[in-house]
Amino acid sequence: MAFKTIKRPKISIGERFYLKALLGGLVITMKHLVLSIIGKSRSKKELGGSGIGVTMQYPEYRWDKHLPEYYRGYPVLVKGEDGRERCVSCQLCEFICPARAITIKPGEVPADSQWNKVEKAPVEFEIDMLRCIYCGMCQEACPEQAIFMSQGYLLTPTDKKAGVHNKAKLYELGGTKQGLVNKWNAYK
Amino acid sequence: MSEETSKLPKDIAAAEGKVNVQINGTWYQFPRGMRIIDACKSVGVHVPTFCYHPKLAIAGSCRMCLVEQGMPPRLAPGQAPSYDAQGYQHIQWMPRPIIACANTVCENMGIKTNSPLAEEVRAGVLEFLLANHPLDCPICDQAGECKLQEFSNDYGKLKGRYTESKTKKGKNLSVGPNINLDQERCVLCGRCIRFMRDIAKDPVLSFSQRGTHNAVTIYPGRELDHPYSMNVVDLCPVGALTSKDFRFKMRVWFLKETKSIDVNCGTGTNITIWSREEQVYRLTPRQNDEVNSCWMPDEHRLNYRFINSPQRIPQPVIRTDINAPHRASTWEPSFSALAEAIKRVPADQIAIIASGRMTNEELYMTRLLAEQIGTKHVDIVSRVKESDGMLISADRNPNTTGAQVILGLENPGSQLEMIRDGVQRGKIKAILCLGEDLTSPEAGFKAQDFENLNYLFVMDHTASDTARAADLVLPGVSFAEKFGTMINVTGRIQRLNKAIEPIGYAKDDWTILQSITKALGSNSPAMNAVSSMDILSLIGQEYAALENINWGRVGDCGLQVLETGVTIPLIEQEKNPQG
Repeated sequence: MAFKTIKRPKISIGERFYLKALLGGLVITMKHLVLSIIGKSRSKKELGGSGIGVTMQYPEYRWDKHLPEYYRGYPVLVKGEDGRERCVSCQLCEFICPARAITIKPGEVPADSQWNKVEKAPVEFEIDMLRCIYCGMCQEACPEQAIFMSQGYLLTPTDKKAGVHNKAKLYELGGTKQGLVNKWNAYK
Repeated sequence: MSEETSKLPKDIAAAEGKVNVQINGTWYQFPRGMRIIDACKSVGVHVPTFCYHPKLAIAGSCRMCLVEQGMPPRLAPGQAPSYDAQGYQHIQWMPRPIIACANTVCENMGIKTNSPLAEEVRAGVLEFLLANHPLDCPICDQAGECKLQEFSNDYGKLKGRYTESKTKKGKNLSVGPNINLDQERCVLCGRCIRFMRDIAKDPVLSFSQRGTHNAVTIYPGRELDHPYSMNVVDLCPVGALTSKDFRFKMRVWFLKETKSIDVNCGTGTNITIWSREEQVYRLTPRQNDEVNSCWMPDEHRLNYRFINSPQRIPQPVIRTDINAPHRASTWEPSFSALAEAIKRVPADQIAIIASGRMTNEELYMTRLLAEQIGTKHVDIVSRVKESDGMLISADRNPNTTGAQVILGLENPGSQLEMIRDGVQRGKIKAILCLGEDLTSPEAGFKAQDFENLNYLFVMDHTASDTARAADLVLPGVSFAEKFGTMINVTGRIQRLNKAIEPIGYAKDDWTILQSITKALGSNSPAMNAVSSMDILSLIGQEYAALENINWGRVGDCGLQVLETGVTIPLIEQEKNPQG
């Protein structure tokens, strides 16, 4: 059999009792303690706080400005610059959704519509936000750049029904997104 | 070495009318004249195809099935062939690939489906097919069952090199009452054209234009309105021909496939039920060379909407007083109310009108019920119309043969006249109507006939005029919600499988009949049955014609149990194309 004998590293007494790591942690705690007492903690500058303690004073102060670009808030549907609803109800997000939060009722684009060459659009598009786990797989699966994880995280439904976002609500939350690929251009 | 063992493989094979063929390095024997593609398929070697279909003429137009092929080198005059240790000649591979669908196997042939050459030509063919493909998979109904999608995933290059603009053709064209055509998605395999020409005998489709503008078109002024036109949707390997009925209803990857049979006529066309979350979305034919080949009439294909219709009866409904409105009830009180009502009427004044749309198991339970009551007035409603000369049988009941065997009816429907007469003359006071609407033209009852009755019981899945007049309605299930067997006009027993759960509080028909018979005090072994498979085994013990029948023996493609002498025209035509 192919195996290799490796030599165990030598561990000193200090390492064996985690002395170095414990002391390192204590130093950080003490640093925050001292800064807090003299009113110069990080929260003063970065989180808009009072300078005492490092906790953000939510909801008076919010994360919004501090969110990274890749933050995954609630999913929304977007319209393109041309005002077209980008979703064509291919149902790939419904398929990939691990929490089965998405329900789509596909339908046809009316013949007299400006976008009737797209042929297909959702009649209804529901995301049950009580089921959604904010994983972002829907955005990843979408072939039409129609569903995005927004930066929004403030959801306070008062009943189960209000926890389900329908198509109108999703477009309202999503709004218009600039700079997307226009697949359904004049050459299509 | 004896004479036997020194024989060459080619001689051994030739004695059985076979030839030796090497496929991907392994030697096999195939019957002489077999197509290379069928040979590969029979040993589990997959060859991608678009235009090839086992039931259609060979076109060889898609070039997708290109394989590398080799033969022994041609001998010089006077040169004797040389054989290797296993007795095969050396294979000289041809530099040019051949199509597997239009060439047949021959002795000492070599086929490679996975060689660098074969892989390269397949990728090349796909690149050409995709050059003008619109790539609108997100809005294409075929996505998920599209051969072009599958093959470009398996054999394609995944990246297009074609930078010029694509050729524009017709999109979303209506070519018939049930079919939409998208010429851009078409791979020009011509399966639809060959089906309409050779099977439907209504050649309305053809190729028009040339080169990159080549497209499937419909004859000007004509429509693709043949009664079997929707089979081209199944045949189309891509999303060029799509069904209007199924258009944008559901993506196929969500749908569950259940093998079943069509219940609209006596042929018992083998079908697949496609359902999701207790909703049936479409029916498609399933290959059975003894029953329906690969086809299905449109009329039967589209007759599935009643399954999830709002007309379905969701729970038992009872009328407690004459002229009182119906009100919802529950199962147990309904059974006891029915048993009491049956006991109040003398046995010879009770008629049971069963249905040729019931399964053998339900008919068996009907027979037990009739025996328990003691009535001889048992019949089914017969539905004989004209055959269409293809797949639709003259008998529009799917299980008349079963009713003849199980209920012992020699001439189904012949007693109905007598029962109707008995009702009008007041000799029959109670009717147990199982799965039929008596006011339909086939049954011939009139609404005022029911006024002569003391008791009318209906078991059906959908509301009807008979159900509205009934004293008690118990909701049964449709064909998609039950297990069971039926015997088609040729005497072939076939299985129905359950695709969805019963709607509302409806119950499987055979369990309803079992409960009624039990409430009347029967102690037959069928009262202990827990599934329709149990009933089928009981039928196998009782009837000589169906001896030792059971669920497993029937299988997915059915089992020929009787000789009725009836044939299916389309199958006869397929077996003897000349005759």
